[in-house]
Amino acid sequence: MRRFDLATPQTLGECLKLLAARGGDTKVLAGGTDLLPQMKNGLLKPARVIDLSGVAELRVLAADDGQGLRIGAAVTARQLERDPHVRAAFTSIAESGALVGSIQVRNLATVGGNICNAAPSADMAPPLVALDAEAVIAGLRGRRRRVPMASFFTGVRRTVLKPNELLVEFVVPSPGPGSGGHYLRHTPRRELDIAVVGVAAQVTLTDGVCSKARIALAAVAPIPLRATAAEQSLEGQRLTPSLIEQAAALAVEAARPISDQRGSAEFRRHLVRVLTRRTLTLALARASA
Amino acid sequence: MPKHILSFTVNDEPVEVLVQPYVTLLDALREDLDLTGPKEGCGTGDCGACTVHLDGQPVASCLMLAMQARGRSVRTIEGLAAAGTLHPLQDAFVRLGVPQCGFCIPGVLMAAAALLAENKRPTEEEIRYGIAGNLCRCTGYTKMIAAISEAAAISQEGAAR
Repeated sequence: MRRFDLATPQTLGECLKLLAARGGDTKVLAGGTDLLPQMKNGLLKPARVIDLSGVAELRVLAADDGQGLRIGAAVTARQLERDPHVRAAFTSIAESGALVGSIQVRNLATVGGNICNAAPSADMAPPLVALDAEAVIAGLRGRRRRVPMASFFTGVRRTVLKPNELLVEFVVPSPGPGSGGHYLRHTPRRELDIAVVGVAAQVTLTDGVCSKARIALAAVAPIPLRATAAEQSLEGQRLTPSLIEQAAALAVEAARPISDQRGSAEFRRHLVRVLTRRTLTLALARASA
Repeated sequence: MPKHILSFTVNDEPVEVLVQPYVTLLDALREDLDLTGPKEGCGTGDCGACTVHLDGQPVASCLMLAMQARGRSVRTIEGLAAAGTLHPLQDAFVRLGVPQCGFCIPGVLMAAAALLAENKRPTEEEIRYGIAGNLCRCTGYTKMIAAISEAAAISQEGAAR
């Protein structure tokens, strides 16, 4: 690896000071599972690295006041995969955490890293989008702002984060009673692979009628996408297999996939249809349970 | 570039070592502490040959900076066995003749040990999942799974006695 200076702040305040004073080629290091390979192969050559592993405030995983969930940016994929509360009430987040890398990678990889690297295929993005989560961002002098996850990404490996800002945590509102979610992706092999397509669905039922539906797609556009027309086709309806099939077709129209070594655009559109149908069907079953 | 003082626990012993900020935990263990059990296969977290335990959980030591282990507890394959006796997993791997070239084995054993620490009698599916982050290119996985299963059974019998 190319040489660099390393800063090891202990508090969020120290991190923000370091960021404010940073030169152009500073990188923030969370789990390192994405950053270090890029530094080893020379794609990234930062002169300075800020290691977040000493900052306890970034590792919060707790209920917030409104019964939602706060997920610190440095919470690992493995923690989310195993946490009983996350598994029960925010199932799709736990499911997406369980799909990242291998166990050895998931014990290091953080949700904040997965989101800030902003790969179109990031598995942890669609569930956060589908659950209407917000990113809490700290900037100069500790000033904070909140950005809905649906507008956090601006392009391939690009986000709304400014150079002197740090992602602190995600706030995920409680989906409430009668709600169910699911995340599913297609990969040729189960472990250590990257989504060809990923789909998260979240469905809330009120008196048997779908009062809220969210569908978020990964790896079919430069950024994670909501399939809003598909969502709207479900809201206010009693969900049936044919309505779900229709929503899956609408989700295909929202996708703007490219052809690459992982799959052709045509194959990806096919996967959006199949995975949307499957995630909605299971999300509905969970909401009804 | 100034070196940093890394103080952490390695195989239950407190250790202080001067490291460059840009070296990985794997390189610090191998080069500075002469713990050459963990291996570098791919260097990108795909093969699992560098697996060590960080506070009891398996991690790819090639994907961590050494300084990220400050204040934490690391266990390598060298610290798996209690003094004088092999770990039941090591014993089973020897008796069943699992290793061929042996390069992946320290990582596989550390992944399997982390699995058994939390799941005393894993199913075959759970064992496969537990070592899914470890690639082997010669022994194959069949004997590994048999040995891990047998070590789990023997450990449980021992505990029941």
